[in-house]
Amino acid sequence: MLTLSWAVPLAGALLLLLVGNADGRRNALVRWLALAVSLATFGVTLALWIGFDSSSAEFQFVERAPWIPAFGIDYYIGIDGISLMLVVLTGFLTPIALLSSWESIDRKVKEFSIFMLALEAAMIGVFVSLDLFLFYVFWDAMLVPMYFLIGIWGYDQRIYAAVKFMLYTMAGSVLMLIAILGLAYMHSEATGSYSFDLMKLYALEIAPETQRWLFLAFTVAFAIKVPLFPFHTWLPDAHVQAPTAGSIILAGVLLKMGTYGLVRFSFPLFPHAAAEFAPWLALLAVIGIVYGALVAMVQPDMKKLVAYSSVSHLGFVVLGISAMNVQGVQGAVYQMLAHGVSTGGLFLVVGMLSDRRHTRLISEFGGLKQAMPRLTAAFLVITLASIGMPALNGFVGEFLTMVGAFLWDPRFVVPAGLGVILSAVYMLWMFQRVYLGEVTHEENATLRDLSPREAASVIPLCAMAILMGVLPAIFLSPMAPAVQRLVNEVQVNSETQDSRLKTQNYARFRVPF
Amino acid sequence: MLQIDAIVPMLCVTLAALASMGAEAFRAKDERMPIGSLGVVGLLGAAASAVLLWDRRTESFGVIVADNFGLFVTIVLAVVGVLTILFSSQVLERDGLPSGEYYALMLFSIVGMIMMATATDLLVIFVALEILSLAVYVLTAIRRDHLPGTEAAFKYFLLGAFSSAFFLYGIAFTYGITGSTRLDAVGSYLSAQSMSGNLLILLAVALLLVGFAFKISAVPFHMWTPDAYEGAPAVVAGFMSTGVKAAAFAAFARVFLSAFEPFKADWGPVVSIVAIATMTLGTVVGVAQSNLKRMLAYSSIAHGGYLLVGLVAANQVGKAAILFYLLAYSVTNLAAFGVISMLGSRENGNDSLRDYAGLWHSRPALAALMTVCLLSLGGLPPTAGFIGKWYIFSAAVSAGYYGLAIVGVLTSVISVFFYLRVVVMMYMADRGGAPAPAPVSGVGIAVLALSTAAIIFLGVLPTPVLDLAAASISTIF
Repeated sequence: MLTLSWAVPLAGALLLLLVGNADGRRNALVRWLALAVSLATFGVTLALWIGFDSSSAEFQFVERAPWIPAFGIDYYIGIDGISLMLVVLTGFLTPIALLSSWESIDRKVKEFSIFMLALEAAMIGVFVSLDLFLFYVFWDAMLVPMYFLIGIWGYDQRIYAAVKFMLYTMAGSVLMLIAILGLAYMHSEATGSYSFDLMKLYALEIAPETQRWLFLAFTVAFAIKVPLFPFHTWLPDAHVQAPTAGSIILAGVLLKMGTYGLVRFSFPLFPHAAAEFAPWLALLAVIGIVYGALVAMVQPDMKKLVAYSSVSHLGFVVLGISAMNVQGVQGAVYQMLAHGVSTGGLFLVVGMLSDRRHTRLISEFGGLKQAMPRLTAAFLVITLASIGMPALNGFVGEFLTMVGAFLWDPRFVVPAGLGVILSAVYMLWMFQRVYLGEVTHEENATLRDLSPREAASVIPLCAMAILMGVLPAIFLSPMAPAVQRLVNEVQVNSETQDSRLKTQNYARFRVPF
Repeated sequence: MLQIDAIVPMLCVTLAALASMGAEAFRAKDERMPIGSLGVVGLLGAAASAVLLWDRRTESFGVIVADNFGLFVTIVLAVVGVLTILFSSQVLERDGLPSGEYYALMLFSIVGMIMMATATDLLVIFVALEILSLAVYVLTAIRRDHLPGTEAAFKYFLLGAFSSAFFLYGIAFTYGITGSTRLDAVGSYLSAQSMSGNLLILLAVALLLVGFAFKISAVPFHMWTPDAYEGAPAVVAGFMSTGVKAAAFAAFARVFLSAFEPFKADWGPVVSIVAIATMTLGTVVGVAQSNLKRMLAYSSIAHGGYLLVGLVAANQVGKAAILFYLLAYSVTNLAAFGVISMLGSRENGNDSLRDYAGLWHSRPALAALMTVCLLSLGGLPPTAGFIGKWYIFSAAVSAGYYGLAIVGVLTSVISVFFYLRVVVMMYMADRGGAPAPAPVSGVGIAVLALSTAAIIFLGVLPTPVLDLAAASISTIF
């Protein structure tokens, strides 16, 4: 059942490969087929949610089969509440991304759809893997379709952005590969057999100084993906140059892979090092919150503004994770979902404007409310959601994160609070300059309002933003047991390791030269 | 009793080579003969006999041993040979090359390679090295009217002759110290005597190392590689970069991990440094190349460095990793050179980066296949190259060589940069006014598709081959 969640989009991609569309005559067929596959995937993810036992902290829908037995590598997947939510988010955003590119992508539609579906398959694979090797395969495989999406269908500087995206993320992840191999090797030292099984590796007790290195290797890979300040420089390029669909997926899901990695791997695998480094992570996170907000404020380009706002918002997520208490982590995961919905929505609407005017400069717009009231309304909802207005989704996540951070170390809350205020400043200021006031450019007076297709893509996002703000419990309750268990394990492990520091014989690196 | 089982694979290929020569000699002037298929038959025979000999560990004449290690390499070489012949059959006529001589030389060099992989006597290894080298020198210059090819062959020949001399010198010293050139005798003599710090033996090891380093184009003995690959026809370059490397690595591993294993403490650090230098130089200089064949030459240098990492790690995982990597790399690299050769024409190799601009629009299938090859060379999942690299680096990590593993992964990232340059050209650049490349035959596409399928298969379900590789080293060393 869980396998279907990533196999359906992959099978859809392979199916599309068989459709002959060299001259573009079957574009419509290809688009509908891709949309149908992505909706089917969304259906699968919803079915997972319905079948999910929200009271349990255990991994569910577990599937396991030997893959490379010589190294203890299994095809081992399963989801807990945290990964369930992210899988559903992926399933939710992909059809929207496909809808967003219905008209704006008009060349090589077939290949575009194939890459989108392959990307979805890899992203879901990342969230469901419980075997580190399998995880790494999906993690790295995801780069290729994204690279092509940016590089072929992006804007002017697309090649630079695509290569930068690829190299940046790869440089981080190969070091993680070494750390993964190191973990498997230490498992074989401790028990006599290699294993990439996450549950077995959780149980491995690793010497503190070794933990430090491994934690850093994992965390740098994730920090680049998040992106945490100062690893964020690939993000504005990739976002600005990517086509709308790419930006939606990039902001909506890809960045979450980094924070998900922190939650699933860095902290529980290396609790001792995590406790040690958490304040530093939090420091980088709050720097990112303020820095991202300040830089966003002065951007002339709407896409770039939203991109930097992502740096700021993801800072909250990392801050909540660093706090490693129930409120903080729940807030962080919630903020991941909320950011996926609201930033996905922002990119969607900015993409619509850019489709109409072929520019994304704020100064080119103004007074759009008059010509396109419905689009303005949709944008307003998403803007308010993004700045954390109560009763919308962003509020819940930011609030919980800050509560968590306050319980842990109140000093971090002050700059984070500043970030909230700044986000209101830059978002509302942009809204004002783009939508309110007089029409300053003639061509803006006659822009067409939301088409039915666009409405179909943006309304679900607005509805979701409101739903998540009004009834957060729907989303919080499935993940609560998993978060509770995670926090307990990390704290207990890091404390017992502290107390047994001198007596235990830990797994260590062995370096011959 | 005369035991010839172990040389049956070589015999098959030799017969095919002789038959090719005969066919060429007796064919009427304008008669077209499918000489290549003779070679394919011979190579399939070699592979089949290797399968039959599996697990039997037969010896012939005391100097050739058909152990699983050698047989695995033999099969790899047969795959290399078959793929090369199939690619060649698409381009020989176009380039006006003499097919009889071409196939005969190629098959003879494969005989040398198989011999090199299965020999257990230093002198026989040397003879094998010469057989394969001489054939490859000629193949490099097979286009006699092509000046760069002639120049490349001459360079290759001169440097190769030097390195052979070094190698022979090393054998002489070894013989002088141990009184034998048989690997088992050398090994048992060296481990029985406490020879540590003996300068003569270190000299012998160093000289042998130089000889091997030249053949696998390890830094600083790599200088000939880019010139030779660029000058040779693309298929020959593909053949050199895979077959020669596979055979040389097999012998390298056999000599250094059996006879000279007791001196690992002495040569291990040297090989580590060579490995680091090779990986680094191969990738860093590869970035600056604008000719695809040169770029792949540097990339193949870098891949030699990864194989050296496996050799240094030299635990069970490391040895099996070398074997798996050789197979994965050979299929991938041959397919990449195959694409290059099919895009060329008689007058123009079409092998500069610019020639690939917009290939996606004119030849989408070819571009897609090339992309899979390049991603596999770069080590991205789900391809054979990823599993190969992962295997090599896990060997390094489990032997504690974190430094080597880290250099290895970082250089792979750099290498991805230049592989991506080709992808960028193919998918994201405009063709401009340049004419579309000549159409590619169905056979060529089929062979490429088959290689690509193999690359993906090895990347997704590597278990059977991994197990085979692990099994083939468990019996020796």
